[in-house]
Amino acid sequence: MKKTFTTKEIINKGLLAGAVVLSLSVIGFIALLAERELIKGWFSLGHIFLVASPFAFAYVTTRDMEYEGNAKPLQTGFIIGAVASIPLIVLSFLAVAIDIRQFLSNVSPALIELLTFGQTPVLGSILLLLLFGIIGVFAASFNIIPENIRHPLVNALVWTLGIATFSEILLSRVRSLLGRGLVKVIFSGKSLNPIFAIVFFAAVFGFTIWWDKRGDSFKEKLENLAPAKRKQLSQGQSILLMLVILFLPLILGSYLTEVANNVGIYILMGLGLNIVVGFAGLLDLGYVAFFAIGAYVMGVLTSEGALGLDAGFSFWTALPISVIVATLFGIVLGIPVLGMRGDYLAIVTLGFGEIIRVVAVSDLFKDTLGGAQGILQIPKPEFFGIELVQPGELYYVVLAGVLLAVFIATRLRDSRLGRQWMALREDEDVAEAMGMNLVSTKLMAFATGAAFSGLSGAIFASKLTSIFPHSFNLLISINVLSLIIVGGVGSIPGVFVGALVLVGLPELLREFAEYRLLIYGVLLIVMMLVKPEGLLPDQRKKRELKSEAELDWAEK
Amino acid sequence: MGIILSTKNVTKRFGGLIAVNSFEIDVKENSISSVIGPNGAGKTTFFNCITGFYTPTEGEIIFDENQHIQGLRPDQVTLKGISRTYQNIRLFSKMTAIENILVGQHRHLKTHWVEAIFKTKRFVKEEEEALEEAIRLLNFVGLNGLGDHLAHNLPYGAQRRLEIARALASKPKLLLLDEPTAGMNPNESIELMHFIRQLRDEVGITILLIEHDMKVVMGISEEIWVMDFGQKIAEGTPLEIQRNPKVIEAYLGSGAASGLNLEQGE
Repeated sequence: MKKTFTTKEIINKGLLAGAVVLSLSVIGFIALLAERELIKGWFSLGHIFLVASPFAFAYVTTRDMEYEGNAKPLQTGFIIGAVASIPLIVLSFLAVAIDIRQFLSNVSPALIELLTFGQTPVLGSILLLLLFGIIGVFAASFNIIPENIRHPLVNALVWTLGIATFSEILLSRVRSLLGRGLVKVIFSGKSLNPIFAIVFFAAVFGFTIWWDKRGDSFKEKLENLAPAKRKQLSQGQSILLMLVILFLPLILGSYLTEVANNVGIYILMGLGLNIVVGFAGLLDLGYVAFFAIGAYVMGVLTSEGALGLDAGFSFWTALPISVIVATLFGIVLGIPVLGMRGDYLAIVTLGFGEIIRVVAVSDLFKDTLGGAQGILQIPKPEFFGIELVQPGELYYVVLAGVLLAVFIATRLRDSRLGRQWMALREDEDVAEAMGMNLVSTKLMAFATGAAFSGLSGAIFASKLTSIFPHSFNLLISINVLSLIIVGGVGSIPGVFVGALVLVGLPELLREFAEYRLLIYGVLLIVMMLVKPEGLLPDQRKKRELKSEAELDWAEK
Repeated sequence: MGIILSTKNVTKRFGGLIAVNSFEIDVKENSISSVIGPNGAGKTTFFNCITGFYTPTEGEIIFDENQHIQGLRPDQVTLKGISRTYQNIRLFSKMTAIENILVGQHRHLKTHWVEAIFKTKRFVKEEEEALEEAIRLLNFVGLNGLGDHLAHNLPYGAQRRLEIARALASKPKLLLLDEPTAGMNPNESIELMHFIRQLRDEVGITILLIEHDMKVVMGISEEIWVMDFGQKIAEGTPLEIQRNPKVIEAYLGSGAASGLNLEQGE
């Protein structure tokens, strides 16, 4: 729906954009990100986040507005950008006039220098105002330029900024995989070489133009292939994908593999919670309990330290026991909440999660669980006598767990039980009236979810070789729930995407770690507003198939 | 013809309020009959007592050869062979039409979840048969080709039909329809009326309706019970009900009955 905006409304938008970037500045986010230079000597990630808000506001406003001719949106973009700079200008003048750090400790000289481009306040302010104005015009121009230019432009921007953001990690990978020579060409210091950045930008731009023109005929060719050939092609694709997954540690190197392992641990938990929350609609906020139980059972059974049963269990015998114990707890903790729904269920499960942690910390079981000290000296998994120590080796243990969980979750989803869960989620009373036993349906969901989480916890304990009660706090449950929501509630591929975004990305952008919860909060709010169904929503399977039948109906 | 459902002295109290007051009906096998009454008379509460959503405070509900079903859980009642639809459509809205019907078939699916994980032959066969049956039901209610749409994306009339298909999927002996024509225009109502009759004739089940639309009720019911303030105030054939002054009074208020009678007399 196109609208017309009055000047006052446009200025309000600009002030709103300014408020956003002002708050990002005063909490120290911008200055922190400024340490990550993207393109050598040009700009940093801090600059990107500085202009992101005026860009977004200018883009959205000009997209929604009604106009004739191109001058109006460009002018609007400029006003929004320029107005957005005012709060920052006020801030930089204040910083000169008074000791503002008394009130806002994060307004550092580095931030002020960033805002004024190292110039005097007056000149710096003019520059900032102009920069923001130009960014506004730039954002507005996205709504004016034709699609065949916009698409390549967006692609080139996203890809160039993307590789620039991760240049530190890419650099080490390029060095070990492709040699030092190439590193010098692509990077300069820890950031992207300006010349390479330009070449890369142009290359992506050019390729996208070519693809937009030629891609259709290519796709047509693919569609016209004989069914047998097409099947071969898709088989080839899946074999390729499997090979990539199998050899991923070689490509990623040990640091990134470690990140992948952490993501995998969360994927495992996510797949379990996705059954409880996503399929069956039972909001469980104490999900970390089963993760802790899996980890503790593994720790107690295998630890070589002073604690533990000293039973001499190996990883592989302790693993199924951990899963079974977690599953049993899933059922035991499920029974009291059978009659609860929604908020009540959430509160009670939240309590259960905390109880498990408090029990682990308490002196009651100090002799076996180690109290606040936790359990140490848990051996790493062994595989035919080889101890799996390196991230690249542990990767396969995590991978096996994830594959097993995906397999079971998919098969259950497509079965009668999966349909029971979804019916339960949609309308509990009607589901019961369909003849299904609610008790067993709910307990199956709790048990399966707990089993996956227990498996995850057991692998986690063995991977870390030590566990402490404080690592099983509420935040883990919240993280897992958030990743499901971001990925798409009830969607199995969504769990992977959610875990990559919420667990993988913060590990790669270590600057984010401090602001992780803030970013989660903002991300969840933005998701709920913009894409409530998640990044990769659940697709219901087509079962009646036959598109002809649909056509028939439409004609009637 | 035998009696398939018989309620004896069924009473439901909510605190001091008597929603259903010793209501007694005998539903004949393979018949179409209706419970009618003004808004708030307690019809849906009565349905809820039969289907296990509520436990009647007093009374007996006897279904299909002396089985007492009062106080059973909804799933147990369904297993006995009673199925229902709802006054406000209650489909599983984020599942496809086919999946809704598949859930309805729950009672007849036997494979264990372990078999689902290993995709045993028995599981695959059962799923295929269930899908076939679901598509057959979908076609039976006239929703061919809409099977893969999410239930909440279907047009209103289609949702009503889908709800009936889902209820039929459990192969019930008795089908309870709670205001099936609510929100429909006269043409749709008449169409549905024909469909209900066809249902009885072709599937051979007993149908008990709650209905407001007098045209529908009088058109297809063989027997009617009239409820007001939880009590049965009349019973009989449509013709008898139409002439009953108590019924007219309940619907139009006291005083109206005499006026109406006069009109008829003239």
